[in-house]
Amino acid sequence: MGLDFTVVPGFMDIILLGALWTVAITVASAVLSFFGGIFFAVIALYTHWTVRLPFKAFEWLFMGTPLLLQLFLIYFGLVQIGIDLPAFVAGVVGLGLHFAVYNSELIQTAIIAVDKGQMEAARTLGLSRGEALRKVVIPQAVRDVIPPIGNNMIALLKDSALVSVIGVSELTLSAQRVIGKTYRPFEFYLVAAAVYYVINLCMEWVQRRIERRIALSR
Amino acid sequence: MTEEKHFVEIRHAKKSFGTLEVLKDINLTVERGQIVGIIGSSGSGKSTLLRAINDLDPLSGGEVWLDGVQVNKSLPHRQYEKHINAMRQQVGMVFQHFNLFPHLTVRDNVTMAPKLLKGISNDEAETLAREQLEHVGMLEKIDAFPSQLSGGQKQRVAIARALAMKPKLMLFDEATSALDPELVEEVNQVMKKLAEEHMTMIIVTHEMDFAASVCDRVLFMEKGVVVEEGPPEVIFKNPEKQRTREFLRKHIEGAA
Repeated sequence: MGLDFTVVPGFMDIILLGALWTVAITVASAVLSFFGGIFFAVIALYTHWTVRLPFKAFEWLFMGTPLLLQLFLIYFGLVQIGIDLPAFVAGVVGLGLHFAVYNSELIQTAIIAVDKGQMEAARTLGLSRGEALRKVVIPQAVRDVIPPIGNNMIALLKDSALVSVIGVSELTLSAQRVIGKTYRPFEFYLVAAAVYYVINLCMEWVQRRIERRIALSR
Repeated sequence: MTEEKHFVEIRHAKKSFGTLEVLKDINLTVERGQIVGIIGSSGSGKSTLLRAINDLDPLSGGEVWLDGVQVNKSLPHRQYEKHINAMRQQVGMVFQHFNLFPHLTVRDNVTMAPKLLKGISNDEAETLAREQLEHVGMLEKIDAFPSQLSGGQKQRVAIARALAMKPKLMLFDEATSALDPELVEEVNQVMKKLAEEHMTMIIVTHEMDFAASVCDRVLFMEKGVVVEEGPPEVIFKNPEKQRTREFLRKHIEGAA
């Protein structure tokens, strides 16, 4: 039996609903990983060791173990200690924290690379260290790592397929469900791949817009 | 204080980096409206002394007083931070490398600190930015980013940024040293204008002509001590100390 794409249009509603969930989970996790990344970077660089060391352990957990395992831990594991998260929330927390740790590494390096004259100039105007970080150093550090953070966000989109295993009806799981009904894996996995690719293009477009906007301010 | 009150007073300032003594028992007084120049070769401690005045490089020993308040008084950490931030709001500083905030427009460079620290409204901030930029001749660049400006323009904006906090005292740390020669004059003009308005200023500089023309008093520093101080006519034309004469002669040869 050859390929038959005529079955596709009848199931596009399910596929597109799945795509909508993929976009939702990607955007929510991206936002969490962005602000989480800044927060983690500040913890890693500026807090007392009593805070920093436990944080390092947490960071190791997220960098050194498979994302899939982390999702299982958050969704199935936490229930045992009374934290019962809906699958979507568990997915966002898992993806968001996982990529926050990677973003934090980038942002830490960028913070260190901001010219120390910037902090000095802010302090001489009378800003506290916290104010200087918030208004002067961190905005510049973040601006400098927008391109690699953008790459992380595209990896995040692709890894969002993993939340299908905890039952979020995102694009991959939707495709699987349609395949269960039609026995047409090749067609629907290809359709899903095409939809991922389109979302990817949209993300790259957004990233380029952001980069163009910040190009002047360097 | 037992003796008469000076506007700025540095008493027995000492500073070491490890075993290297950068400042060895320096005393300096500046009166309100005075302009004091500090000259000397690299590594003489002149920038360190300037940076000690707003505690950017804290002294190892000695006291800094501004307008009757000790800048580097000993306080518990949190209280000291509050105190020093309040002191620094009264002291403007201009750096050799400008240190403008590249992610902010010229307008926001000028208004960021007053908005954050003095809580002025957006309208007040706009008026303040226009007023300060007009003063340094940079109003037309109000919407530009620092990357779009020449070095001289950047430094004029940096001066406007410092003045926007309405400081009592301005510190200039080799403000024109990083500029192309043809851009030095526009910055010097702005500093002269401030001098005419009787701003109290302490100026670390390599430009002897400029120091001679604006300063009321000039200090020559070498190896962490003040070798000689006096009015510019004396320091530049007829210095007492052999070391001062040698420095000036080398400097003139170097410049020529």
